[in-house]
Amino acid sequence: MSSSSNNSSSEPAGRAGVRRVALVGNPNVGKSVLFNALTGAYVTVSNYPGTSVEVSRGNSTIEGESWQVIDTPGMYSIHTITEEERVAREILLHETPDVVVHVLDARNLERMLAMTVQLIEAELPVILVVNIMDEAERMGLKIDLELLQKRLGIPVIGAATARNRGVDAIRAAIAGYKRQGDARRRFPYSRLLEQDINEIAGMMTGEYILSRRSLAMLLLQQDEEIIEIVRHREGEGYPVLEELAREISFKRRGSFHLNLSLERNEIAKDLLNGVFVAPDKRVVTWAERLSNWSVKPLTGVPMLLIVLYFGLYKFVGQFGAGTVVDLLEKRFFVDMVNPWVIGLVKKIVPWEIVQELIVGEYGIITLGIRYAVGIILPIVATFFIFFSFLEDTGYFPRLALLVDRVFKYFGLTGRAVIPMVLGFGCDTMATMVTRTLETVRERVIATVLLALAIPCSAQLGVIIALLSKAPGALAVWSVCLLLIFIAVGLLAARILPGEAPMFYMELPPMRLPQFSNVLTKTYTRMQWYFLEILPLFVLASVLLWLGKVTGFFEKAIDAMTPVMASLGLPREAAVAFIFGFFRRDYGAAGLYDLQTKGLMDARQLTVAAVTLTLFIPCVAQFLVMKNERGWRVAGGIGLFVSLLAFGSGYLLNQLLLVTGLLA
Amino acid sequence: MKLSDKAEEILEALWIAVEEKKLAALDPQNFSIPLDDPAYAELTGRAMVEIRQGLVYFRPEGKIEGRTTIRRHRLAERLMMDVLNIRGEAGDYKACEFEHLLHEGVDTKVCTMLNHPTTCPHGKPIPPGDCCEQARAEGDLGVVPLTEFKSGQEGEIAYIQTEDSKKMQKLMAMGVLPGNRIVLQQAFPSYIFRVGYSEFAIDSNLAKEIFVRK
Repeated sequence: MSSSSNNSSSEPAGRAGVRRVALVGNPNVGKSVLFNALTGAYVTVSNYPGTSVEVSRGNSTIEGESWQVIDTPGMYSIHTITEEERVAREILLHETPDVVVHVLDARNLERMLAMTVQLIEAELPVILVVNIMDEAERMGLKIDLELLQKRLGIPVIGAATARNRGVDAIRAAIAGYKRQGDARRRFPYSRLLEQDINEIAGMMTGEYILSRRSLAMLLLQQDEEIIEIVRHREGEGYPVLEELAREISFKRRGSFHLNLSLERNEIAKDLLNGVFVAPDKRVVTWAERLSNWSVKPLTGVPMLLIVLYFGLYKFVGQFGAGTVVDLLEKRFFVDMVNPWVIGLVKKIVPWEIVQELIVGEYGIITLGIRYAVGIILPIVATFFIFFSFLEDTGYFPRLALLVDRVFKYFGLTGRAVIPMVLGFGCDTMATMVTRTLETVRERVIATVLLALAIPCSAQLGVIIALLSKAPGALAVWSVCLLLIFIAVGLLAARILPGEAPMFYMELPPMRLPQFSNVLTKTYTRMQWYFLEILPLFVLASVLLWLGKVTGFFEKAIDAMTPVMASLGLPREAAVAFIFGFFRRDYGAAGLYDLQTKGLMDARQLTVAAVTLTLFIPCVAQFLVMKNERGWRVAGGIGLFVSLLAFGSGYLLNQLLLVTGLLA
Repeated sequence: MKLSDKAEEILEALWIAVEEKKLAALDPQNFSIPLDDPAYAELTGRAMVEIRQGLVYFRPEGKIEGRTTIRRHRLAERLMMDVLNIRGEAGDYKACEFEHLLHEGVDTKVCTMLNHPTTCPHGKPIPPGDCCEQARAEGDLGVVPLTEFKSGQEGEIAYIQTEDSKKMQKLMAMGVLPGNRIVLQQAFPSYIFRVGYSEFAIDSNLAKEIFVRK
């Protein structure tokens, strides 16, 4: 095999000293857990297939040698269909890892072994890790790994990485990996298929990372990326090759993929004959019973309500946004920190203008840090604990299938439930996660709905606190948002071109989450969140201060006065909207201040809250929208959302005036 | 001995006239094969019909033969439509040619493959054969889309019928391969099935493309 790569510029530097190991395999088999165990680093691990969208890299010292460990998104086959799979295969195609560790789930050995066969066929340096052995044993499965190792001709290791079982053996296998030159197994296909493969492979003359045999099969599957590589490498000889490949593909059109899969399935069955012994009777675990309840509408919907009530309302709402915020914001900041800092700054800094910047009305500490740490942090932290816990139980895929039918009306599938729920924590993060959705159409719809009608936890906390003082206001606000969510969803599904998406999802087993994993996950999410928002809060404080000092702020408020008036709001409300540009919750917190000053009545508060919730996403979310969808789409969504927000605010105000509701 | 194609056509027309239009006999004047055609002699010679005053009547043997002939004709129509996807006039014409080949157990095989259909594409009833009665007695569903399974039912995957090769590959990646065992766990709000030790959820669009047999 050659080590030359198709695209030498993508070869990372430092190739000489550091050896590389790539982790590949189906989604949700524990690649990320193994990555963490090997590197001691932390990438988010979850019980939700397809969570690792990006490639993670970490360093590890294995038996005195330094290695780079590469964690790849899940792939089902070396012939790729989805974006994540393509990303994963890139690593194999262009980075020439010294060892490829194929991780699979012991319980589904037969199904997943087909990919091991493909990797061996491609002549990659493969080690097979049969993971999740603990759960397999609990189900009464018996697997003869030694026999399997003999039949495959590659190292095979049994492990339960989540329990830290087998990790040392994996380390040893990586360090001691030796390519078994000629001892390599070949898996024969049917005579006719072999003939076609050999014919194609025999015509190739270039040097490749994958074996010619494997490339020949991918060519016959009309894999576009592989076609490009071969075209590039074969040069003048390519047209003849292409002609032949096309001819064979045509001859085999109806059923080539199916036949190939069937033959590989047969190969896997033969390999496992005597290796894999299943018990006569299926063991039904308590987790399976719980799983059954969660997916039946009759028991699943009440279960969802219980989860939402205790998780969101009790834990995040009452404990996080109530108790903790009270403690941090009032007791800690307002009563202790602020007076002390204000005193200190006034003593040290003689210039009033600088005093204003640090501890004034919009001061970095008195406003920026206080909002970020005192109000936002506790709410977001409790939300992420709730979310991470739920994620690790494996509940989300079940929720996804429960809501799939409803989501279809919005042009989405149940898969979108993850970004939507995550949106209640942080819309920015959720917008990033929309890339796990299958089609561009779904991603755009999900992005619009997130930008528009899903309030993030921070905003939600403040708005609930704000509106709960006026009876009925909260109800009006919720109904408005729900109606707009439904209306825009229905509309988007009709207007946006493209096919109706299809829903399919693997259901991972339900598990009791490991406490440490939930905490680490919450911690990494918090870290990301905090690093992202804190600078924005400080920046917002500075800009607001600048605006105030230069008088620009006053002018902006003047400019917005007619808009505010048309919504029936006092001109001071403009401040909240200007805050809202920076962060939605910031804006809501601005409303909070206005209410404390007694400037707004119930109707005005409700109108302002609805408008602000719908109003354009915060700067961070907008930037992520731009990154994920491009300037044009992001700009379009921003404009649409702003117009809709003020339009809805106007209508709601008129409606409330006419009906006298909330008067 | 096998009847000629024309004789079979006459039996069919007679069967429709008697069984469906509730007439007493077939009047050859309203039919494409005139009375002087040798096919009539062939039928009377084998005591299947009798001709009185220019009208064609069934004899008991002829009625049984007519029933199986019409059954073959309508099965052929179904085959053209459902499997070969030949529709309209071309389908009717091809069906007329094809039906004469469905003898000696071929009709039973076709009927089983089509899962014992009860009506032809034009909505007319197909007289049930022995195979249909037997299937009904045994409660055999034959090959049906996964959507027809009841929750908890187990079966074998027969084939996947989809034009979208991506869909096909996705299903195959989930272990949905002909010959594998499959258990339908739940059918609403989404379909949940188990293959091996994995569970999957799919929507009805995907579920109706997986064909299973019990």
